[in-house]
Amino acid sequence: MAGISRDDVAHVARLARLALTEEELDRFSGQLAAVLEHAADVASLDTAGVPPTAHPFPLVNVLRDDVPGPSLDRDEVLSEAPAAEDGRFRVPRILGEAP
Amino acid sequence: MSAAGVAAAVRAGARAAVDVVEEHLASIAGREDELHAFNLVLADEARAAAEEIDRRVAAGEDPGPLAGVPVALKDNLCTRGIATTCSSRILDGWRPPYDATVVTRLREAGAVLVGKTNMDEFAMGSSTENSAFGPTRNPHDLSRVPGGSSGGSATAVAAGFAAAALGSDTGGSIRQPAALCGVVGVKPTYGLVSRYGLVAFASSLDQVGPITTSVADAAAVLEVIAGHDPADSTSLPRPAPALRAVLGEGVEGLRVGVLREFVDAVDPEVAARVTAAATALESAGAKVDEASVPATTLGLSAYYLIATAEASSNLARYDGVRYGLRVDGDDITSMYGATRAAGFGAEVKRRIMLGTYALSAGYYDAYYGQAQKARTLIIRDFDAAYGSYDLLLAPTTPTTAFELGAKAGDPLTMYLSDVCTIPSNLAGHPAMSLPYGRGGDGLPIGVQLLAPALGEATMFRAAAVLEASLA
Amino acid sequence: MVVGLEVHCELATATKLFCSCRNAFGDEPNTNVCPVCLGLPGSLPVLNRQAVELAMRVGLALHCSVEPSVFHRKNYFYPDMPKDYQVSQYDRPINVGGFLDLPDGSRVGVTRAHMEEDTGKTTHVGGGGGRIHGADHSLVDYNRAGVPLVEIVSEPDIRSSEQAKAYVNELRAILVAIGASDARMEEGSLRVDANVSMRRAGEAAYGTRAEIKNLNSVRSLGRALEHEARRQVGLLEAGEAVVQETRHWNEDEGRTSSMRSKEEAYDYRYFPEPDLVPLAPAAEWLAGVEAGLPALPAARRLALADAAGVPPTEPAVATVVSQGLDDLVTAAVGAGADGRLALNRAANELAHKPAPEPVAFAKVLVMEAGGRLTATQAKAVLAELVAGGGDPEEIAKAKGFEALGGDVVAEAVDAAIAAHPGEWERYAGGEAKLAGFFVGKVMAATAGKADGKAVTGLLRERSANR
Repeated sequence: MAGISRDDVAHVARLARLALTEEELDRFSGQLAAVLEHAADVASLDTAGVPPTAHPFPLVNVLRDDVPGPSLDRDEVLSEAPAAEDGRFRVPRILGEAP
Repeated sequence: MSAAGVAAAVRAGARAAVDVVEEHLASIAGREDELHAFNLVLADEARAAAEEIDRRVAAGEDPGPLAGVPVALKDNLCTRGIATTCSSRILDGWRPPYDATVVTRLREAGAVLVGKTNMDEFAMGSSTENSAFGPTRNPHDLSRVPGGSSGGSATAVAAGFAAAALGSDTGGSIRQPAALCGVVGVKPTYGLVSRYGLVAFASSLDQVGPITTSVADAAAVLEVIAGHDPADSTSLPRPAPALRAVLGEGVEGLRVGVLREFVDAVDPEVAARVTAAATALESAGAKVDEASVPATTLGLSAYYLIATAEASSNLARYDGVRYGLRVDGDDITSMYGATRAAGFGAEVKRRIMLGTYALSAGYYDAYYGQAQKARTLIIRDFDAAYGSYDLLLAPTTPTTAFELGAKAGDPLTMYLSDVCTIPSNLAGHPAMSLPYGRGGDGLPIGVQLLAPALGEATMFRAAAVLEASLA
Repeated sequence: MVVGLEVHCELATATKLFCSCRNAFGDEPNTNVCPVCLGLPGSLPVLNRQAVELAMRVGLALHCSVEPSVFHRKNYFYPDMPKDYQVSQYDRPINVGGFLDLPDGSRVGVTRAHMEEDTGKTTHVGGGGGRIHGADHSLVDYNRAGVPLVEIVSEPDIRSSEQAKAYVNELRAILVAIGASDARMEEGSLRVDANVSMRRAGEAAYGTRAEIKNLNSVRSLGRALEHEARRQVGLLEAGEAVVQETRHWNEDEGRTSSMRSKEEAYDYRYFPEPDLVPLAPAAEWLAGVEAGLPALPAARRLALADAAGVPPTEPAVATVVSQGLDDLVTAAVGAGADGRLALNRAANELAHKPAPEPVAFAKVLVMEAGGRLTATQAKAVLAELVAGGGDPEEIAKAKGFEALGGDVVAEAVDAAIAAHPGEWERYAGGEAKLAGFFVGKVMAATAGKADGKAVTGLLRERSANR
């Protein structure tokens, strides 16, 4: 299993919307590679026929009745907003449509 | 005074809740500067809450099972109108419009909230050195870490700032600081305690639990906060277990396995305390033997793939749009990038990237997929062990408290602190650490009890016996 | 043309998918929000039982298999997404493998119909006409965030823009009939994206497809598909390749423009949602949903066609069902009316009007079929019935509609022929449209009581017998 390259780290940082400095890219590449190397024991495990565990306890069908409940007060919500306008959250210009 | 003691005295009218609060606020005033257990001390709120408790007692109303008990809350538990920062710059000053379910339950039980405690940022760390607001120090030795990520809560209890605290445990974040600070820390069965209002780190691993000075106190607090919550879909459909009632039942006939893989991973003096604990249980009538859960050696790797993957998704919402820090940009993408770069510390960034990588196209099967399968293997090995044993006994941490800065340079070294605690989170099983002697350096050592899912009662019985054996 | 459609429909629940905020359209921004649908730190989702019920109805109505399913997180950053991931379903959706039968008799496969939460709404400020391009900043309203959606994905079985429109209309009718959604494209409770590719006739392989978004009506869908087909054919004939991308339909300009390349598929990093547990609807629940389904349009068309004695693909059949008049027509046929006549009269005269009483309706049709009323007269009687009820015989009498004997009509025809020899020569010589001239003359002579069809029949007879 190949380690993680600096390009991989840059790609992953973009996916995660983290604007890293060049120094951070260098430092993190080394550190992440070390962790992934350690994780090779799991990556190379023979897991034929072993199902994955998503939840430790097998609950199913947890449902809620379709009954309206209280919503938050808009002023309280917007008071925590970094920027608001017209009762809405204001953000800098969006350059593209949703992926 | 223990939490149970405070509650009994306040309920009986023998002590005023306001006096109890003042006592604890005085302790805080005395040592908080040097320890930095809190991000926020709630002196006025605590006094007001205590007054209300006293009023209710005087009026003959039931003030609740934890009446007047000063409680500290890890700063990743939402408290309505009160800053909840997760010790991160990205949430600095954020005030949630709602209380976490566990917070509501504590309030309704009459507990008095004295403050929000420091932690590793977003619960990612084992030393509380990853806090954006400076580290917390171990009350037993100011040059050492209290452990993490619930370091502030463990310190608050160890230093007498609060009679009890809540922490959260994803890979050991309650148990490890409890061990390093010489207090009791419990991670319940996954789903026993509601996660609604706990700021998520790794959703399938996180649990809220008590940190206290005694086993009885841990039982009392757990009884209050546990039990089904309809607001949490992963909450088990059962009420809180009866724990205080079983504390005196002893361990006669109980089969206890000393977990070999963990004992092998720790310092000899830590291992020696486990041996001492085994002897104590045997003297009390338990059958003690050596147990093996081989797959636990996969725990560290599986954890750092699963937890970081879930975290990378859970932390995406911190984007400067709706709350918290915003660093402006020309367009939204640069705003996202700049905000998250400025708002998150290095450890959080590392884990987000590791998690993103583990989930990314082409790598999902090899990393996240495999890790979920390793998880199955760990559960199977635990289940096999619990075929022969009712409880497992183990160390909690590899060493006593290490020095501030000692492990900060190498993340991997820090991660290794969690080998004895991580597997229980992966399995969803309960586990607790209780203080069991000291090392040669005079620092506390904790031993750990592990039980199968919903085995809290058995676990607490054994913990009570061990605690008594030190007296 | 090869088309696959992805249709998102908002479910008509009282509350959102994962919280109890109201699922309502048009309220003041950010007034139907809570920690859960805002994705505040510490919040957790809890699944709405009614949303599952409606999703099952959709699946069953589309003949899907309803399976145990799980939710997945679809991770990407966008300001209308409170958590910067969308809770959706990935490789274990609730409904798989169904189909839709269209009025023209064709069948379109449905790959899957899964559940997911809706996003908030962004408005763009400062650009032209509220578009993203050139905007200065944007504003976000999260009222819609968390509203339950079902995404219905068709197989690429659609072969024309007409068929695509029919698919959407049929789907809409079904969704409304089962009470799952009010499915209004103009209001956004039904959203359609189209995947289009072209290939030569006889070719088995599919061409490269483009995805088209921003279709706000069925009409836009049709126009966009036609435009896109021409665009792609133009490229291919010029020896160029069609790029796999997403294109934005501009209704005003009548064309699509490129939005982004789908070549590099976005890495959504799907993984099972750890805050939700799997869904495995009990057999009894499923059976109950199935039993509670109303008669669906396709079944109603078959039943109506059968009752009326016509092929199910006859256009009036679909129209009558979509107007909800099938019960009326079936009853009328039962009361003696001719099936085809009943269908046509209902489709053309009774749309959007209160239905007449079936026996009375049948009577009018019988009178018309028997020649006692002309078509025009029958329509007039029907209009009267619809407006105020009553008995057709009496209405006809009151209006002075009498049966005109066949010989009276023949006399009038002969008189008209005799009076206009020039036009007659031309008609008999092949100018068929002069029939209208003679019909007009006969109508004038009989004060409108002659049956136009009878007149044209007689004209043909007379010219054939010359």
